[in-house]
Amino acid sequence: MNINSNLYTFGFASIMVIVVAALLSITALSLQDRQDRNVELEKKQNILNSVKESFSREDSEKQFERLIKESVVLDFKGNKVEGGTAFDIDIAKELKKDPKDQMYPLYIYEKEGSKRFIIPLRGKGLWGPIWGYIAIENDFNKVYGAVFDHKSETPGLGAEINTNDFQKYFEGKEIYNKKGEFVSISVLKGVIPDGDMHSVSGIAGGTITSDGVSDMLYERLEKYLPYFEKCQSELELEEMKSLLDTTQNNNDSIQ
Amino acid sequence: MSKNKEPLFSKKNKRLLTDPLDDNNPITVQVLGICSALAITVQLEPAVVMSISVLAVMSIANVVVSIMRNLIPSRIRIIVQLVVIATLVILVDQVLKAFAYDVSKELSVFVGLIITNCIIMGRLEAFALANKPWKSFLDGLGNSFGYAWILIVVAFFRELLGSGTLYGKQVIPDSWYDAGYMDNGMMILPPMALITVGIIIWIQRMRNKKLIESN
Repeated sequence: MNINSNLYTFGFASIMVIVVAALLSITALSLQDRQDRNVELEKKQNILNSVKESFSREDSEKQFERLIKESVVLDFKGNKVEGGTAFDIDIAKELKKDPKDQMYPLYIYEKEGSKRFIIPLRGKGLWGPIWGYIAIENDFNKVYGAVFDHKSETPGLGAEINTNDFQKYFEGKEIYNKKGEFVSISVLKGVIPDGDMHSVSGIAGGTITSDGVSDMLYERLEKYLPYFEKCQSELELEEMKSLLDTTQNNNDSIQ
Repeated sequence: MSKNKEPLFSKKNKRLLTDPLDDNNPITVQVLGICSALAITVQLEPAVVMSISVLAVMSIANVVVSIMRNLIPSRIRIIVQLVVIATLVILVDQVLKAFAYDVSKELSVFVGLIITNCIIMGRLEAFALANKPWKSFLDGLGNSFGYAWILIVVAFFRELLGSGTLYGKQVIPDSWYDAGYMDNGMMILPPMALITVGIIIWIQRMRNKKLIESN
């Protein structure tokens, strides 16, 4: 047979394509469940990591149930959406919608009386998406911890955002300035002076990824401010009430 | 066949393994696969993982193409080679994602880079299409070792001098930093990978006079 004839060439190409396509789809389909499970467990692990709870991937499922007391879905005004499951929200898809139509997932962590709010993040790096989780203290201002990850940033440069050395700089930073304006946290080039509560030092050679982290933080955190403000006023109201109660009680006891 | 059967590790077959390490190194002599040598030698760990992946893909692809060598129409042979490589890479990626999730995360972007690695295409085209499977397998192994040792040497120096670590662990003592030693940030950037490869080529040619062109 002449293997250089047109007919043979077409035949060879067609058979090759079919065989390869079948092989790949069978592999992809049969491994899908395992892959999804890995991704889901990793997400839980990352959420827990942002509040400095580190468990192996296998354990994170159980610990997630135990430590994350509440998962809520918010709308752009900061109201809770009934019936939504925070864990199932794909932020990548939400980001394509108008901000007013988006759903904002939020995880609330509670352990030994301390309460923290974990906000899922997603943004753009240099080569592909970056994402992460940032945990805010109950004062709605101070950062307790943050984790970041990426799909395809350059190893040794932008990819360093998923290392503890980078993430630890975020601890204790504040998202509001002294005047009470929202400023978020920026990743900047060079050395950050002591006492700067709103910037962290970027990665040498990873400027575009660093900027991506800054943009992502600003864009995502901003969307949760209405909810935080609501919580804040509720807290203040409660404090006032309890203050009133105590004064009342004191008055009663004087009388 | 009247010809005597060649032993598995005949002199000629051994040369297939050893030649690419020095005399015919894919990176320093043929100057192929430079792009990945630049991209992933900032740290030692990805360089090692990349070397192992290239080893797997190159030796299997060489064998597959060698088996099919009498069936492949010459006009679409490059496409066929590319399809073989891409399929293998995707299969490896899928299996890793399901069974070795951490390794697959470590590889991330390099998986795609394997497909574009000119060394693999080069060996398929230059060797596997004209030789029997066993020889092609040895050729694949030899070339990936040749690729691997350069990658690892470059990554060793770049990580050591650029970040003061090896395999992610700090090796330069804190006392050096206190005494004024500083990591060389330049080592992290791609140009220093080229310069490091250049230095390796220089040393290699000093030792191995065969490589020096006559003009």
